[in-house]
Parts: sequence; C-alpha cells; structure tokens
Amino acid sequence: MKKEYSQEILDEIGAKFPHASVKIHAPRRTYINIPRDEVYDLAKFLFAEKECRLSITTGTDKRDGIEILYHFSHDPSGTYYNIKTLVPKDDPKVRSLADFLPAANWIEREIHELLGVDFTGHPNLVPLLTAETWPADLHPLRRDYADEHKEFKIEKTGRDQ
Amino acid sequence: MANAKLWGLKKSPWVFHVAAASCNNCDIEILDVLTPRWDVERFGIVLVGSPRHADALLITGVLNRKSLPRVLRVYEQTSKPCLVIGVGTCTCDNHMFAPSYNVVGPYDKHIPVDVYIPGCPPKPEAIISGVVKALKRL
Amino acid sequence: MKRIVPIGPYHPLQEEPEFFKLIVEGEKVVDLEINIGYNHRGHEFIAQKMTYDQIPFLVERICGICSDSHPYAYVMAVEDAARIEVPPRGQYIRTIIGELERIHSHYLWVGLAGHFIGYNTVWMWVWRYREPLLDIFELIMGNRNHYAINKVGGARRDILPEHYEKIEKYLDLVEEKTTMFTKAVLDDPVIHARLENVGILSKEDAIAYGVLGPTARGSGYAIDVRKDDPYDAYDKVDWDMIVFEEGDIFAKAKVRLLECYESIKIVRQCLRDMPDGPIEARVDEIPPGEGIGRHEAPRGEVFHYVRSDGSNMPARHKIRAPSYMNIPSNVVAVKGYSIADAALVLAAVDPCYCCTERTVVFEDGKKKFTGNDLLRLSRQKTEKLRRRYGR
Repeated sequence: MKKEYSQEILDEIGAKFPHASVKIHAPRRTYINIPRDEVYDLAKFLFAEKECRLSITTGTDKRDGIEILYHFSHDPSGTYYNIKTLVPKDDPKVRSLADFLPAANWIEREIHELLGVDFTGHPNLVPLLTAETWPADLHPLRRDYADEHKEFKIEKTGRDQ
Repeated sequence: MANAKLWGLKKSPWVFHVAAASCNNCDIEILDVLTPRWDVERFGIVLVGSPRHADALLITGVLNRKSLPRVLRVYEQTSKPCLVIGVGTCTCDNHMFAPSYNVVGPYDKHIPVDVYIPGCPPKPEAIISGVVKALKRL
Repeated sequence: MKRIVPIGPYHPLQEEPEFFKLIVEGEKVVDLEINIGYNHRGHEFIAQKMTYDQIPFLVERICGICSDSHPYAYVMAVEDAARIEVPPRGQYIRTIIGELERIHSHYLWVGLAGHFIGYNTVWMWVWRYREPLLDIFELIMGNRNHYAINKVGGARRDILPEHYEKIEKYLDLVEEKTTMFTKAVLDDPVIHARLENVGILSKEDAIAYGVLGPTARGSGYAIDVRKDDPYDAYDKVDWDMIVFEEGDIFAKAKVRLLECYESIKIVRQCLRDMPDGPIEARVDEIPPGEGIGRHEAPRGEVFHYVRSDGSNMPARHKIRAPSYMNIPSNVVAVKGYSIADAALVLAAVDPCYCCTERTVVFEDGKKKFTGNDLLRLSRQKTEKLRRRYGR
C-alpha cells in the first residue's frame, strides 16, 4: 500500500460530514477540523469502517477554548488522521467514545482530571493519575492553574485500600 | 538485643527495594548488582520480599503525592534500626521534576535518610560503595 | 464466593508501581481492576516550562528501559513541526541505538519471565549477556543508561569507526546466545505447559483496546511503526516483522526472542552501510505549528505530539507510552485463568523490570496475599509440571 494519506477517505469524510475541513500537513499527517457534536460519528466512522486505531487524545487549553485532538492511526498506510475540535471553557462537554472503543476509557479519564473536560456517557469518569487527596476542581494543565496551588496539605498517613 | 540486630545488619544486611516514582533505571541497576557480574549476594546482601524482614531500605525515584503515604507505610513496617539509602539524584533534590504539581519531595522532609547515592542512574559500583558507607556509619 | 487479591502498588511484576485488584472465585480470576498514578510525575506539565533542547533529557527520564524511545519520538515530532531534514549519518546512528536498545529491553523481559516461572538460571544468564551491551552504550555515549543520543535535527554523538568492531563482536555473541535461549525456551515442555494457551488476547480485543508492539503482534495484529511509517534508516535496510496468531504468552515470548535476531540484522546492515558526513542539521528556530513523532519502542509505538507557538518552549507536549494502551488489555487477558497464572499474564505485556519483591501486605478478611505468594504459587505450579515431565 502507498505510504501516504488516502484521498478516498478524505473525500468520503467530506461527503458525510459537510462541516469538516481538512488540512494536510505532511503526506502522512492530516488534520480534520470538525464541530464537537459530529466528533462521535466521525470517530466511529474511522474506527469501524476505515480500521483506524485510536492512538491517543490530546487536550490543549487554548485561549478561546479547550481543543481536543483525537489521533487516529491508519496503520497500513502509516497515516495519522487527527480529528480536531474546540469546546468552550464555560461548557466543556463532548460525547465519550468509550462505549464502542475501550481504548478511550483511560484516555478520557486522564483528560477529565487534567483539563476538566466532561465526557458525557463515559462509564466511569473518576481520576486516573492524581492522588486521592487532589481537589477535583483543580486541573493542572489549564492556563489558570498557578504554582501556588502546589502547596496544599498532604495527608501523611493515608491508609487506603 | 539491639546489638544482635546490629550485628546481623552489619554482617548480612537484608534490603527491601522501594520505588517511589522512579524511571526504573535505578531499579534496574539495583537488580544488576544481584546478577553475575557484581553478585552482591557473596557479601551477604540479600533482597527480601517484605519490609518486615528488612534491615535497610533502598529507595529510588522522586516522591509523588500518591506514593508518599505508601512509602511512609513501608518505612513504618520495618524493624528499627533501619538504614534508609536513597539511590539516584531524584532522591537527593527532586532532580528535574521539581516544577511538577505532583512531586512532594525531597525525601528529608518526610523520612530520615542515612545515605544518598547521587547519579542518574548511579553505577552499580557506586550503589555497592554507598551501601558499604552506610554500614560503616554504624 | 468472591474474594479480592490485591497486587501492589509495590510489586515486582510491573515496570511502574501500579495497583491491581484481582477478583477471584476459588482459584479462578473473574475480574480485574487497575489503579495507576503511583508514578505520575507530570512530564507534560514540566515540558511546557523547558526549552526544546532541554526536553530530550526530560523525556528520556520517563522510563529507564526505553530511554532512547521517548527522546527519539520527541525529536521526530519537532522535526515534523519544523520540517527539518536529518543528515543520513545521524539517521543511521539513531537507528543503531534504537535497535541495540530493543535487544537490551527484550533480554530484560526474557530474564524476568524466567524469574516468574521459577527459572532463575534464565534470569542470571540473560542478564549476564546484557552487560556487554551496556558497556557498548557506555563506550559510545558515556552512560550505561540514559544515553542522550537524540537531538532535534540529528544525533548528539558520533559512533567512531574504531567502535564498529566492538559492536560487531557483541552482535556475534548476542546472536549465539539468543539461539541458545530460544532453543532452551522452545524445547522445554515445562515452559510450553506454563505459557501456551494462557492469557490469550484475541485479535478483536487487541484492536478494540488498541494494543501495540509485541503484545499486538503476538495476537496476529500486524502493526509496527518501523514498517508502517518508515523513518530514519528503517526503509533502507532489510528485515521482517514477526507476527504470531495465537495471542497467548508463548506467542509474545516468541515475538520478543525472534525480534532480537531482526535487530541484530538491522544493526549489522546499518554498520555496513553507514554513510559519512555530518551527524546533525542546524536548527535555528521552531516555527509555529504542530508535529507528530512516533517510534517503535521495544514495547510498542511511542507517540509524541508537539505544538509550537514560535517561542523556544513548546505550547503543548503530549506523551503516550505504549504500556498506557497495553495495560488495560490485561482486564480481558487475565479473566478465566487461575491465580497461579495471573502473575505471569500481568507480566506478559512487559514487566520490563522487576525481581525485587516490592510488595505491601494487604489484608482481606482473614486471608493475606502478597506478591510473594503469587510468585510462590507460580513457582509451585512449575515445580509440579517439572515433576510430571520428569525434569
């Protein structure tokens, strides 16, 4: 198979999702911008019909909102199809992919705790990495997170589990 | 009886290995000193499976919020006197992880450390020499 | 009746402190809960406060075993963002170090797997032959681990021509010893009985969980970044991808052992064809944009995403290690097997390092289980099988 992006997949995306806009960065790196309510369907289309693998999801706090980037890898051609969407900070919600894609389970939990994005429909949206004592409303990768939050009380004798 | 324990500790220290939030490299080097090239078992240094049997703790990595209570608990479980040996630069000064939100070290804020072995990772020779220095202090 | 067997967080089986709750009925494992975060140091947060040239040193301290893979993927992400061409000699040097690291990591795993099933001889032998490789790393880069060979735009250090011979001598040794280990593993009926048809991960589950590396290739899911998205010297040398269909631990062990041969092949060809010239390209500034770098680490694809805003620090740096995708698949792989096998199944993904029984004793009612007990159960089963086969 040719080691570059497939124009057919991009055309099909364009026909099915009229709001999507495609940017080709390099032969094997493509970025697809799409509104957040169509992310679920596009991800399902890439995973179920085009046999793409969800590699990871990146959340970034930009000034105008939180950008969520789903990196889908199409392995036979070595291409990354990246779905990009922007969610507003006052209503950070997006539909969870975990119901058809178990790989998304941990990924969404991590973004939820580090950036405070709510994934609606996620089966178990509890913190993954931070300690039990970490405040639930403190998101270290947000822009408004400041270093003075670092010194909160540390439980010295947490006899847990 | 304290002297009997001390005598045993000096002759054949049993060590328990705790990795707080390490990158595994110090841990591999600790295992390396057990394998044929260094083979510290010939000196009577044995890795044991439970902190209750241990004379010394080998601690690696920075302390983070989640591992701190567990490390303290392991320390509480050891029989005293117990040597605490910090392996690697992370145990000395948080290394390059100091800006992180999840790191609560350095160690001397939380537990008494007898010997620090700097290096990222320290060479096996340095680890052995660190343990010897810790024993000489007794 | 359901019981809970806790493993961890300080336990020899996993590369990082992790906490597993095995839910068992009698001897059988019916469910698994995984709790991580004991090793979370916030690399992504720190990376945003460091310059592009400092970050390779930060990311190689994510993991001491793949301390070449993370910087490798990171520099490729920056090179993708800034569209930097790496000179051929730099490409070959990076490929050689990447492959030597794969041999060292797979050797580590073989030794540890031997330790778990009670074959400590395998552990000692394999680790003994890992040592000369660390000497080579020290010779080339000055440190046994944490090599710091990758740099945005190329390689940081050159491999001198007088070092070629030493590397080749080591490759001959490692080829001979790999043959010895492979024969020892493939011919031993006890190891067959312990590893075959245990911890099966089907191809469907492998795809759904997005597993990577030898875990995926042992389940018939043929993905390998070096073939799919060739970078540096990987498309200029001849090698094969190792894939097995069975999905059990034995298949994963075979993948790792046979991959050592492929790595030897790649390093030999690279040394033979090594071009002359500069080892790094000049990098002036990183323009605004985003880049993705991926490298096939010993355990699977490492993924780095870098977003630049034109300053000397990245605006966002996302890191995804292969174990992050592989570990959740334990939930399906461990179900239905006995506790004696559980230690091995959890380790099959790649325990990567271990051997010290770093366990905390947890109590569940009156029953006490520790990691040592699991190890003991696992070894008792091997003993039993050994007697049955008269070995």
